[in-house]
Amino acid sequence: MSTLNFTILSVLVGLAIYVGGHLFGVGYLFFAGYTILQYVVLSSAWNILGGYCGYVNFGSAAFFALGAYSTVFFYKFHPMPIPVLIVISAVVSGIVGLGMGYLTLRLRGAFFAIATLAMAVVLQTLVVNWSYVGGSRGAYIVRADTITIAGYSIEYIEYLFLLMMAIAILSIVISRTIARTQLGFGFATIRDDELAAESSGVPTLRLKLIATTISGALMGMAGAPFPYYIGYLQPASAFGLEYGVNSIAMPIIGGTTSWVGPLIGAVLLGSLQQIATVTISSAVNLLIVGLLLVAFVIIAPNGLVGLVQSWQRERSPK
Amino acid sequence: MSALLHVKNISKRFGGFVALDGIELEVAKGERLGLIGPNGSGKSTLVNCICGALQNEQGSVHFDGEKMDGLAAHERTHRGLARSFQLPRPFVSLNLADNLRVPMLYTVHKRSGPLHADSIDARCHELLRLVGLDQKARHMPRDLTQVEMRKLELARAVAAEPKLLIADESMAGLSHSEIEDILLLLKQLNESGITIILIEHIMSAVMSFSQRLVVLVSGKKIADGKPEDVVRDPEVVRAYLGQ
Repeated sequence: MSTLNFTILSVLVGLAIYVGGHLFGVGYLFFAGYTILQYVVLSSAWNILGGYCGYVNFGSAAFFALGAYSTVFFYKFHPMPIPVLIVISAVVSGIVGLGMGYLTLRLRGAFFAIATLAMAVVLQTLVVNWSYVGGSRGAYIVRADTITIAGYSIEYIEYLFLLMMAIAILSIVISRTIARTQLGFGFATIRDDELAAESSGVPTLRLKLIATTISGALMGMAGAPFPYYIGYLQPASAFGLEYGVNSIAMPIIGGTTSWVGPLIGAVLLGSLQQIATVTISSAVNLLIVGLLLVAFVIIAPNGLVGLVQSWQRERSPK
Repeated sequence: MSALLHVKNISKRFGGFVALDGIELEVAKGERLGLIGPNGSGKSTLVNCICGALQNEQGSVHFDGEKMDGLAAHERTHRGLARSFQLPRPFVSLNLADNLRVPMLYTVHKRSGPLHADSIDARCHELLRLVGLDQKARHMPRDLTQVEMRKLELARAVAAEPKLLIADESMAGLSHSEIEDILLLLKQLNESGITIILIEHIMSAVMSFSQRLVVLVSGKKIADGKPEDVVRDPEVVRAYLGQ
């Protein structure tokens, strides 16, 4: 399927989900759906660097928070529409992603992971001490109940849901397009063997910088509407552990070598977490992720997609 | 005729250990050069310095009239330098055809403009046929035997359409007939116009392949000349057999 057809199909599926949710008539569905979509974006973005290139980023929360705090900054500085804030957040997080890549991509394996974790700590410390964006006290964002788009008045949460749906579609389309083009081949060679990649003519450093920039920008976009969603943003929630952990766990559980894996992982795990939040408690979320992650690393190290592929291989006669 | 590769007085140290000590080497266009030396004599370090995996501290490398110093490995590949690795390093998550597609997409593309997808496919299969792996185009590298892995390694280097191919111990651990296979392949490549440096321990292979032989011992070049003269050189005999 061509990228254009795939994009059109994704938009139709997205709209169908929206209309379906509307017919169901429970406003909470959009509230929960927003979080699941947000994880679709985060895990697809993480997977571009972590799954395709093999560089494990523990600092997803930092990019997410950068997006969220860009919104807070501009909300205070000069209010503007959320779509504009999303673009600004993408630029800010993309630039930070590029910078992080430039400073840390000469490191491999555990050292790279530690460096990304350290960056998240540094950024959080900066935000905590920056009173303009609320510092450790946090910042309030007042949003309207409804918003009027082209003459139609819709609930604000539905508006946020639609925005996040658009970002999720964008990140899936980008992720899929990369996997099918020359860039995807280049990323795979980096994951497999950088020395051999270089000697085949792959400019590994440049490709890794492209990956950190795209990955960072998408994560920032996921964070941009967050202050409007939550209403009160504090460093502990923007830099929350669940973002870093989920954006690693979801692609690994789904499967890291294709664009489908992070999508499946995010939808499954995200829904499970939402159900657990309503039925048991929100504190049990990370426990679920942890246990599933351990189970998958042992039973299906290539995720659900890998599991299905190996079944197909066994069933097809050689 | 000017040399295709000119290595001028290069030196490389690892801490206090001098791996290469003032190596001079010229390789003419179309030549088949053998490079031998005991283990640890600096052969692979020399290859790494020529190909850009390591940067030499002294001296310089000129290739096809251009200075290579400071260029990254992939930039040297773009200019026509290709190598195979001593231990095969295939892209394990890509099938055989895709392994060859990488240098075509990133090197040949770059040099001669975009190729059509069909012509890349055709070229992949042509190369796999050349090394006798065309039946396994969709297989993964982990399904290959040792000799097939080495053939894939050579095919991937050739896929970059190099002017100079450095084959680093492509035959270690192979049987006699497998060595013949690879030698034949290298000679075919040479006839198609590729200059080749062969690094090898198996003397029968080196002697039948090389037009000229260079010997490295402890990071120094101790002999350079016709193969039959070099192997009789008392200094070379001493280095290999001891006194």
